[in-house]
Amino acid sequence: MRKDYNLEKRKFVISGFIIAIVIIYIARLVQLQVLDSTYKANADNNAFMEKVIYPSRGLIYDRNDKLVVYNAPEYDLMMIPKDVLPFDTIDFCNTLKISREEFNQRWEDMRKNRNYSAFTQQVFMNHLTPEDYGRLQEKLYRFPGFFVVQRILRQYNYNVAANVLGDIREVNAKDIENDDYYRPGDYTGDLGIEKSYEQWLRGIKGKEILIRDATGKIKGRYNDGANDVTPVAGNNLKLSIDIELQAYGELLMQGKVGAIVCIEPKTGEILALVSSPSYDPALLMGKERGKNYRDLVNNRLKPLYDRSIMAAYPPGSTFKPSQGLIFLQEGIITPTTAFPCHRGYVNAGLRVGCHGHGSPISLKPALQTSCNAYFCWGFKYMMDKRSKYGTTGKAFEIWKNHMVSMGYGYKLGIDMPGESRGFIPNTAFYDKIYGENRWSGQSIISDAIGQGEILATPLQIANLSATIANRGYYITPHVVKNIEGVGILKQNLERHDTDIDKQYYDYIVEGMRMAVLGGTCTHANIPGLDVCGKTGTAQNPHGRDHSVFMGFAPMNDPKIAVCVYVENAGFGATFGVPIGALMIQRYLRGNSPGLQAQGHAMASRHTVTYPKAKKTTSGNKADNNKQSSVKPVTSSNDGNKE
Amino acid sequence: METRNDNENTNLLRSVDWFTIVLYLIMVVAGAVSIYAATYDYDKASMFDLSEFSGKQFMWAGLSFLIGFSLLLIDRRIYEAYAYPLYGFMILLLIVTVFIAPDIKGSRSWLVFGPVSLQPAEFAKTATALALAKLFSTYGFQLNGWRNYAIAFAIILLPIICIIMERETGSALVYTALIFVLYREGMSGFVLFAALMAVVYFVVVLKFAAITFMSIPLGMVIAFIMVMVLIVAMLLIYCRSWILGRNVLLGYMAAGLIAVGLTLAGVHVNGYAFFLPVIILSLLYLLWGMLHDDLKKVLITICFAAASLIFMFTVSFAFNKVLEPHQQTRIKVTLGIEEDLRGAGYNVNQSKIAIGSGGITGKGFLNGTQTKLKYVPEQHTDFIYCTIGEEQGFIGSVAVLLLYLALILRIITLAERNHSTFARVYAYCAASYLIFHLAINIGMVIGLCPVIGIPLPFFSYGGSSLWGFTILLFILLRLDADRSNYGSW
Repeated sequence: MRKDYNLEKRKFVISGFIIAIVIIYIARLVQLQVLDSTYKANADNNAFMEKVIYPSRGLIYDRNDKLVVYNAPEYDLMMIPKDVLPFDTIDFCNTLKISREEFNQRWEDMRKNRNYSAFTQQVFMNHLTPEDYGRLQEKLYRFPGFFVVQRILRQYNYNVAANVLGDIREVNAKDIENDDYYRPGDYTGDLGIEKSYEQWLRGIKGKEILIRDATGKIKGRYNDGANDVTPVAGNNLKLSIDIELQAYGELLMQGKVGAIVCIEPKTGEILALVSSPSYDPALLMGKERGKNYRDLVNNRLKPLYDRSIMAAYPPGSTFKPSQGLIFLQEGIITPTTAFPCHRGYVNAGLRVGCHGHGSPISLKPALQTSCNAYFCWGFKYMMDKRSKYGTTGKAFEIWKNHMVSMGYGYKLGIDMPGESRGFIPNTAFYDKIYGENRWSGQSIISDAIGQGEILATPLQIANLSATIANRGYYITPHVVKNIEGVGILKQNLERHDTDIDKQYYDYIVEGMRMAVLGGTCTHANIPGLDVCGKTGTAQNPHGRDHSVFMGFAPMNDPKIAVCVYVENAGFGATFGVPIGALMIQRYLRGNSPGLQAQGHAMASRHTVTYPKAKKTTSGNKADNNKQSSVKPVTSSNDGNKE
Repeated sequence: METRNDNENTNLLRSVDWFTIVLYLIMVVAGAVSIYAATYDYDKASMFDLSEFSGKQFMWAGLSFLIGFSLLLIDRRIYEAYAYPLYGFMILLLIVTVFIAPDIKGSRSWLVFGPVSLQPAEFAKTATALALAKLFSTYGFQLNGWRNYAIAFAIILLPIICIIMERETGSALVYTALIFVLYREGMSGFVLFAALMAVVYFVVVLKFAAITFMSIPLGMVIAFIMVMVLIVAMLLIYCRSWILGRNVLLGYMAAGLIAVGLTLAGVHVNGYAFFLPVIILSLLYLLWGMLHDDLKKVLITICFAAASLIFMFTVSFAFNKVLEPHQQTRIKVTLGIEEDLRGAGYNVNQSKIAIGSGGITGKGFLNGTQTKLKYVPEQHTDFIYCTIGEEQGFIGSVAVLLLYLALILRIITLAERNHSTFARVYAYCAASYLIFHLAINIGMVIGLCPVIGIPLPFFSYGGSSLWGFTILLFILLRLDADRSNYGSW
């Protein structure tokens, strides 16, 4: 047969064509398989479903190892919208015991959520009880795309210390942005130590890697669980709080607005941190949280406002010991320097009133009787001592620095969120008001007796008491004594020395002791406990004077420093001193029937009328008949519910 | 013609092309193993279990070897003698199938005999190849004159029409690959070139249809520029008419400069108003110029350019009116115009994920998550290549491509070493089918071609496909084994 060699050459065209195609395809494979790594991730996203296993949140114990906060299981129904296939909604609603309308509503709510994404897990319904979960679990396979995660529900052995413990809430968009740890539906600490110790309490999430097919069906565990991660439980916390002392403090403050702070001076450990009115911490857990939270926010007396560390009050006469210290340190006075007091400080047409006592008067009796005149004179001499300081402004700056060294004017750095810094003015502040060099000690004389512009938190007042008890230093006050497995945080061991020489403290201590023995605080004279104290009766623009007490005991080996602040309750001796005395006894002597009786008597002395309270059950505990409500209205209750 | 050797069987063993047989065996076994991997489930039985796809495929494969061996024993004269009757029978079968076949996923291409279903379209390929071979080997047949072209085209078109009636567009398109055979046997290379250009125009016009440039779709602008480049290139390279080429090029450049100048001066230039007059003027100039030059070649150039223009303008019309909506979507997805990951684009996206996630060395046999968890539909049939891509990685994927390349090039070699026209044409038919299947199937799986449902020969699950290609290949082997007995005069 004839062979056309010209045409035979065409085999090269055809061969070339298929070779070109194979080369193009190989190039494409290089791109897909070698260069581009996103496909690998996509395949993993398709095939592997990471199921998060939530760790148990750290437990909280008090300083005497009494269990305060623990966990109970609770379940959230989650879903990944893109994996949801059509399912029997009626069966679904019946299983969860919700109506069709509620179902639609939840679906809508979920979609409106800012974090909504069809590809990530969304909370469809939370706070499922173990019973709900049991019913649902059997049928879950019928609802592809849905799954259940176990959550923790905080349980409380005591219905006290809500301000210290805080609560947990579902994370919001901001939390998720700020911290990679969180996914929608996770929980985080909201207030108190639940918030400030979140990083230790939350633990490390575990994960289970499941294999999922194209229909969303789970086909088993990947690699027989070899790549799973076991969750690590959160660290347990040991509080420095004595939960029984705390409960007793909350009892004493019933019917009153204010705060009690007790500190162990040597360690800075806070023994009790009472803010009144208080509430049951269990109110902010579980299904009813949203509603209860709203009620608390709307409450006229603002129970969520932790007065012990957030409220800045005029310290009143409790300020005087600090003034005595500054005057001694600056050489304005000696322990024997005496100032006249004719029923007050009278100078250049200004009068600061005082009570009846002998005149002239030296430092210790002045503390004993809380003489306004004495400290006004001292303050005036210091501010106007041009020979030493040059100007009032410079003198005031030095005064301010002494105050700061004693823990005023700045946050003390307590391990809780929301601490206020109080207020100690500086020279610039007054220059702005009066004009530079246009003011003198006389202009700001109220500062000498803790009035005027001076503001301090109850924590700062208690801390001042601790510095006096320690004769010149304090440890950063804190509520968490120890983190199990981590130890004591360095910040909680930090010692701050005041810039007052130790020797001067003895005079102040003696003056405060005299106040208890035969002065303003005689109600605090408990035989054998050597209480030292100082009252305060703080004038304020909101009505009656605040009743304040600052003290510590025993005098020579202080175990407890106290501040009691009762809003609008009159003289310091009326409420402040007896409450302070009871706290000191309760701590140093332990519980006794007599103290209980006195405690209940104090609890029945109200300074405010409370709005009619709604009784709210903290509906998450089927096995618990505890009734919780905003506490000031509950009748006698020492808080211990074990 | 020599007399045939008595010792025919030993002769056959010596002369049959073992290289092709080895390639074939590797592919079939690799295919069945891949099917096992693609359909593997956690609680799955053995690879050879007859209730599994892989088990069935091994059974089909065993029967294929039997069929292939039998075909090797049949005298090649039988194929030549019965080529037309066989073709006629297959066409008849295809037509009958249209009417009696049950509707399976919208297609009426399966003949059901009790438990066995066969797809006649798979066997029609061989019959058509035989018929074409027979036609070209007819004494004195030359591929010239409209009559001979018509007969050749009729042989190719008849099965296409029948299979389109069965609603198996993909299988029907396979026959268009026979254009390679016509080309090899003497059809002008222009047809091939025109076909290639048609595809390029089609892609360009559609891909850039949504972007507006010079007030017309950018796709049209690019196509216009391509036509102009083509005219100049053909004048210079094909017509070797340096003067015409230079003049046209200078004219285009001048026009381009004017357009740029006008645009810079703030005058709005409409694309159609610019390109159409320029190109038409250049063609008129060529009409005049061809009087001074090689008449035929310049005329072909002019016709080619004119046809390009007409084609450009009919592309979008054809796309919108002729193709069915699902076909339009598939093409749009391939061109990247649409991204329909839940719908039309789902298969291809998942298959790209499967292949891409394989990396260089793959995830290992049975470790592919994409295929095993059924993210890729049709993974044991049309999308079998993504199982290989995922589990065997780049190395395995390239190996499969190279296997095919080797097979196709080997078939072309066999074709050219045979001195009989019948065997050569038949072999080229087989090569063309394989080229088309390979290019379309793997192109589809890696996202370079629109989704057209045709199998990957020897790999995809299915008895009909495997048997069809086995028959195709072994007839070729028999024809090749006889090469020394025929022809060389």
